[in-house]
Amino acid sequence: MDRIPILRMGQYLLVTIQIDLYDRLATNLESDLVQAVSKTGARGVLIDISALSIVDSFMGRILNNIGSMSKIMDAETVVVGMQPAVAITLIELGLELKGVHTALNVEKGMELLAAKINSAYEDPDEDEAGTE
Amino acid sequence: MKLVLNKDKMQIIREQDVVPFRNRVKEYATKIGMGIVNQTKLITAASELVRNMLKYGGGGEALIEVISQGRDNGIRLTFTDKGPGITDIPLAMKDGYTTGKSLGVGLPGARRLVNEFDIKSTPGSGTTVCIIKWKNG
Amino acid sequence: MKTDISKLLQKNHKQILEDWMTNQLADASLREDLMSNEELGEQSQELLSALLKSINDKNLNDVQSEEFENVYEILSGISMSRARQGYTPRETGMFVLSLKQAIIGTLTKMLKNDPQALVDASFKMNNLLDSLSIMTFETFIKSREEVILRQTDEISEISTPVIRVWDGIVALPIIGTLDSSRTQVVMEALLQEIVESGSTIAILDISGVPAVDSLVAQHLIKTVAATRLMGAECIISGIRPEIAQTVVHLGIDLSNIVTKASLASALRHAFGILQLEVQKKQKDKTVR
Repeated sequence: MDRIPILRMGQYLLVTIQIDLYDRLATNLESDLVQAVSKTGARGVLIDISALSIVDSFMGRILNNIGSMSKIMDAETVVVGMQPAVAITLIELGLELKGVHTALNVEKGMELLAAKINSAYEDPDEDEAGTE
Repeated sequence: MKLVLNKDKMQIIREQDVVPFRNRVKEYATKIGMGIVNQTKLITAASELVRNMLKYGGGGEALIEVISQGRDNGIRLTFTDKGPGITDIPLAMKDGYTTGKSLGVGLPGARRLVNEFDIKSTPGSGTTVCIIKWKNG
Repeated sequence: MKTDISKLLQKNHKQILEDWMTNQLADASLREDLMSNEELGEQSQELLSALLKSINDKNLNDVQSEEFENVYEILSGISMSRARQGYTPRETGMFVLSLKQAIIGTLTKMLKNDPQALVDASFKMNNLLDSLSIMTFETFIKSREEVILRQTDEISEISTPVIRVWDGIVALPIIGTLDSSRTQVVMEALLQEIVESGSTIAILDISGVPAVDSLVAQHLIKTVAATRLMGAECIISGIRPEIAQTVVHLGIDLSNIVTKASLASALRHAFGILQLEVQKKQKDKTVR
């Protein structure tokens, strides 16, 4: 069975989706990722979907699920690199990605994760409004 | 009047058939010069409908047609299954309605993504959904 | 006695062409400024030869006959080029109609002694040439429509300039009415530029939008939502007092969107988000 690799980097988990997913693969990613968050105690999850040519309601639900599940395990999720056409289609479809944060690219996503984690726990006075 | 320029039929019985089907639709859409946004809308709508067909109709057949009307070219997709059918189509087309555990945006969302949307269903014998996306629509 | 009209016409090819040219050149609406007489002669010659070559006694009754395809093709080519060159419909129509005069004139001369055959022949030729002129008009209008369509595309393209106002900030002034196809073009241009420039803030300036109704508002809300999905923030600026009034009267909820009265205040807000500060330069150099 194919799997999407999950990379660990410090307190973050990185996932790059490089192929168009069929449903089983997406469901596997969801459970694998939640397992990995628990096992590594990761504080942030970054999912790069720049190679995805479409995100339909199923994929949208998976992303939302990952976000909400990670959230209750105390990890923030950011989805990065969404294609413009995909964003326009999602809006038309009537789908919102409420469970996750979004950022333009991996770099901005990492910044956002760092800001979220820092502002929430370490030093509330620190000037880290982030880019949201 | 709509002229059919090209035709292609695919059987969709397993989940793994979905990605090749999406790619085939993309190929045809690219061939007629459809822009990337409209392509994405069409393929997303197709993806929703194929999923419905697999989930509720137990798989079926997808017909891809390149059509032309006047100066406009477009893609017409027809999904036919022999599943249990839909008893209340207006209800199924409502935002947020679902029998499964999906988000309930599939059918109404797909309709918003395409130019023409037609659904026919006979309870007990199956459902046919037909969508059209024009190149410049 | 049965007269073969097509043979008769073919025999008088030269005469018809001459008459036709005389007719055309005599016409007051001749556009010498758009086409030289030689060119006109060539066009006429080409069309007439094709027509005379195609007709025979059988297809005279059948204007849809495939044998006329060549004629139709030449004629639509001429008609299309005339539409582009700026001929009026009347001038283009005269081109074919004057051919009719020439042909009927020749037939009248040749069939002087056989009124029955003359009536018959003129009737058929009339039909054929009428169908040709209808086709001329059709193609003429069609090519005009193409020009309009192309211009529409061009207008929607030039009217969506995305400007990088600062590192990380793009702005898009919308001018004109915002309908759903326009919204798509705007969204596409804006999101594309956001990706390319890596900007995190987009300013949508609607000072040039004449009116905001609930539909336009919905388009704006969609654009903002799409921008957020990409991971950027979208500010709407240029809200004129009239617009604020209609928005509130219509009960449109824009509370989830950052709105500013002017582009300048939107830019100031954007600087705030990016934690930038614009300061007046101090005159006293030591303080610097």
